[in-house]
Amino acid sequence: MSLHRRDVVKTLLAERGELLVVAGLGSTAWDCTAAGDHDLTFPLWGAMGCAAVIGLGLALAQPKRRVLVITGDGEMLMGLGSLATIGVQKPANLSVVVIDNERYGETGMQTTHTASGVDLAGIARAAGFASAVLVRDTAGVAALRKVVHAAAGPNFAQVKVAAEKIPLVLPPREGVLLKNRFRAALLGAGAALE
Amino acid sequence: MDWPLAVHQVLSQHRIGVVGYVPDAGHKRLIELCQADARMRCVVLSTEEEGVGLAAGAWLGGERSVLLMQSSGVGNIVNALAMVRECRFPLTLIVTMRGENGEFNPWQVPMGQATGEVLRAMGTVVHQVHAAADVAAQVEASLRIAHGSYCAAAVLIGQRVIGIKSFQEQANQ
Repeated sequence: MSLHRRDVVKTLLAERGELLVVAGLGSTAWDCTAAGDHDLTFPLWGAMGCAAVIGLGLALAQPKRRVLVITGDGEMLMGLGSLATIGVQKPANLSVVVIDNERYGETGMQTTHTASGVDLAGIARAAGFASAVLVRDTAGVAALRKVVHAAAGPNFAQVKVAAEKIPLVLPPREGVLLKNRFRAALLGAGAALE
Repeated sequence: MDWPLAVHQVLSQHRIGVVGYVPDAGHKRLIELCQADARMRCVVLSTEEEGVGLAAGAWLGGERSVLLMQSSGVGNIVNALAMVRECRFPLTLIVTMRGENGEFNPWQVPMGQATGEVLRAMGTVVHQVHAAADVAAQVEASLRIAHGSYCAAAVLIGQRVIGIKSFQEQANQ
């Protein structure tokens, strides 16, 4: 039985503690919001292809915090080079999870490269990630949650989910608001004065 | 005039912790100075666009950064600059110019000639530098305006400063 994206993201973000989250544009941003809008989630409304490297910058700046990038297969495909860049830097506190429905979900459900077998986990492994797994079932998702919260990274997972159209659950849109609330929650109110 | 040394001092004074770069011959010495500085995390990028994301993530985490690149790379960051503008991320670009002032490679000329215009179209404050003695001061000005006004600022270091005229000279550097 296929996994459902909202269940996967809800499981990964349950009792998230001090986890810092970057959500790729489109469906994964809606998934993260459906799991609970949070000051320490930075949802993207653009910059397609940049989610993983935003996570890298955050992980380097905050080496004592766990950082999770949750993005889609289309978004990850646009920034494949960033897997190589992360593989060089090897941040132990970073995980990149691709919610892979093999579709461009916001533009009419056209198939992406992963529908034709492009192996994102294999690419991440070859780029030097400490772990890179393909997840297809709930046991795999539970194991992935532990990796995201505790295992030395960089970790990568490609989670195959059903291609389904589900209701939009939108986070705030304004970039300055999203940036400032994240920095205030992480760095304190004084961050706005820097 | 050892402008890379002066620029490195400015970066250090401004507590730059992350240096993203796509190598360019003109940036060779500055990259080496940053790599030798234990307080700077140098991140080699596969494309300049990654550097914009890197800088945004670093700033979310409270760290200042700069991005070193060649003018051709400006063409690779245009859409990512939309995020910088919408979120008002501070971003400092140190760009070595190609495609101007005696360029030998015609494929460099279109992007080199459009670099300033493309950056300005996306809301970036642009500082042009044509003399080695001015580079560090303009980098400092860019850092100040980027962090003071929460915007993207670029220093375009002219080809007269870099002084490379042929592939052979580049290979010998």
